Amino acid sequence: MAEFFSSNLGIFLIIVGQCLMLTAFVMISLLVLVYADRKIWAAVQMRRGPNVVGPWGILQTVADAAKYVFKEVVIPSGADKTVYMLAPLVGFILSIISWAVIPFSENLILANLNVAVLYIFAVSSLEVYGVIMGGWASNSKYPFLGALRSAAQMISYEVSIGFIIIGVILSTGSLSLVDIVKAQDGDYGFFNWYWLPHFPMVILFFISALAETNRPPFDLPEAESELVAGYQVEYSSTPFLLYMAGEYIAIWLMCALTSILFFGGWLSPIPGIPDSPLWLVGKMCFFFFLFAMVKAIVPRFRYDQLMRLGWKVFLPMSLGWIVLVAFFVQYGAFGGTYARWVTGG
Amino acid sequence: MAHSLKRRVSYFLLLDILKGFQLGMKYFFKPKYTLNYPHEKGPLSPRFRGEHALRRYPNGEERCIACKLCEAICPAQAITIDAEPRDDGSRRTTRYDIDMTKCIYCGFCQEACPVDAIVEGPNFEFATETREELFYNKDKLLANGERWEAEIARNIELDAPYR
Repeated sequence: MAEFFSSNLGIFLIIVGQCLMLTAFVMISLLVLVYADRKIWAAVQMRRGPNVVGPWGILQTVADAAKYVFKEVVIPSGADKTVYMLAPLVGFILSIISWAVIPFSENLILANLNVAVLYIFAVSSLEVYGVIMGGWASNSKYPFLGALRSAAQMISYEVSIGFIIIGVILSTGSLSLVDIVKAQDGDYGFFNWYWLPHFPMVILFFISALAETNRPPFDLPEAESELVAGYQVEYSSTPFLLYMAGEYIAIWLMCALTSILFFGGWLSPIPGIPDSPLWLVGKMCFFFFLFAMVKAIVPRFRYDQLMRLGWKVFLPMSLGWIVLVAFFVQYGAFGGTYARWVTGG
Repeated sequence: MAHSLKRRVSYFLLLDILKGFQLGMKYFFKPKYTLNYPHEKGPLSPRFRGEHALRRYPNGEERCIACKLCEAICPAQAITIDAEPRDDGSRRTTRYDIDMTKCIYCGFCQEACPVDAIVEGPNFEFATETREELFYNKDKLLANGERWEAEIARNIELDAPYR
C-alpha cells in the first residue's frame, strides 16, 4: 500500500483527493455562509429569514442552487458567446484556487508555497477579469457600467491591501502564510498576534476586503438602485450561480486571510489551550459575521466617496505605515515586536 | 468638504460604524416581527370585512327577506337578487349572487341589511384558481354562513354596543 502511494499514480491520486477535500470544505461552508448571511441580515431587520426548507431553513441554499441549475441559460443575442460563458467560470475558478495555499494548520495545507501571499495577491487581482469579461461580453449598458466600476474599485483597493500586507511581510521576513502564522506564536496568546502591532492596518485591511469582494457598503458594481445588478444583469441559471458562489468564496477567503495575517490563523488565543484548525474556522466565522453585520448596518457609498477613500485615505495611510514599520523593524523598536523573523530575516 | 474637527475625528475613528454596529446588535436579539403566516396569524378586529356569508336563524330559516337593500346600496353593483313568494306566502330569494371579483369589501351590504342576513365574515383566505369560482351563488353563501356562523355571531355580539 505504501509502495502504491509513492508511485506517480499514487501521488497523483493523493493530490486529487486533497483537492477534493478542500473543495468540499469550501463548498459546504459556502452553503452555510449564504444561509448565515441571510439570517444575520434578517435578524438585524427583525425578520426571520429563510426558515422553511429543512430544519431552521438550513437547506435553503441547496434549494436555491438546485433552482438556478434547472433554469434556462439566456444568452443575449448581441453577446460574445465564448467570453460570455467563460466569464463566470473565470470568476469562480480564480476565487476557488486561492484556497490551495490557505494553511489550516502547520501541515494541513494543500500547497505550502514560499510565496503564498504573492500567489493569493496575483489570483485575487485576476478575479477582476471575471467581472470585466462578463460585463463586456453581455453587450449591454448596465453590465458594462458595472464592470467598469468594479474594475476601478478592485484595482484601487488592491493597492492598499498590497501595502497593508507588505507591513506584515516586513515583520515576518517571509511570504509564506505558514511562517506568518508561526511568527505570531508566543507566550501571550491573543496579545501576541499581529493585530496589536499592526492595529490600524487591521481595520484598513477589513474595509479594503469589503471593497475588494464588492460587498456592501462598496457594492457599487451591482448597485441595484442604479445599475439593476451591475455586471450580472444578463446572467441567469448556472452562470449566475457561479458568479454568486465565486463572490461568497472570495469573501470567505478574505475572512481566512484576515484571520491568518492578523489573528494568528490556527493558533489558540489563550496560552495552554492547544492550537487547532478549528480556531481558524472559528475566527473566519467571526469575521464573516462582521462582513454580514456591515452589510446590514452601513448604507452604500457614493462612487466618488469610494474612490476618495481608496486613493486619498487608505493609500497614504498604508504607505506611511510601511515606512513606520520598516523603521521599527530596522532599529528593533519596542523590543523587537515588529521584527519577528521566523526564517532568519 | 469643510467639516468640523469633531466630525472629522468621529469619521476617522469610525464612530458612526461602531454606533451602527451597536444598534444592529441591539436589534439582532430582539424578538422578530415576522409571523410564520400559514401557521401563525395576526389578530382580526370584530369589524373585519372578509368573505361574505348568508346567515340563517337558529331554527334553520333563512334570514334574508329579499328586500334588495344590499343590491341597491352596493357601489360596485356586485350583488344580483331575484325573489318570489314561497309556498307558505313568505317572500324569499330564488337567486342571490355576489361577484367577488367586483366586490370592493366596503361592508355597505351588511350595514344596509335589516335582518343581519348578509354579513362579511372573518375569512380572508378564499383565493381560487379560476375566475368562475369567485362568482358566488346562494348555495355557496349559505354554506359560508354555516361554516362561519360561530365566528360571525361572536363578532356581531362584540360589535353590538357600537351599532
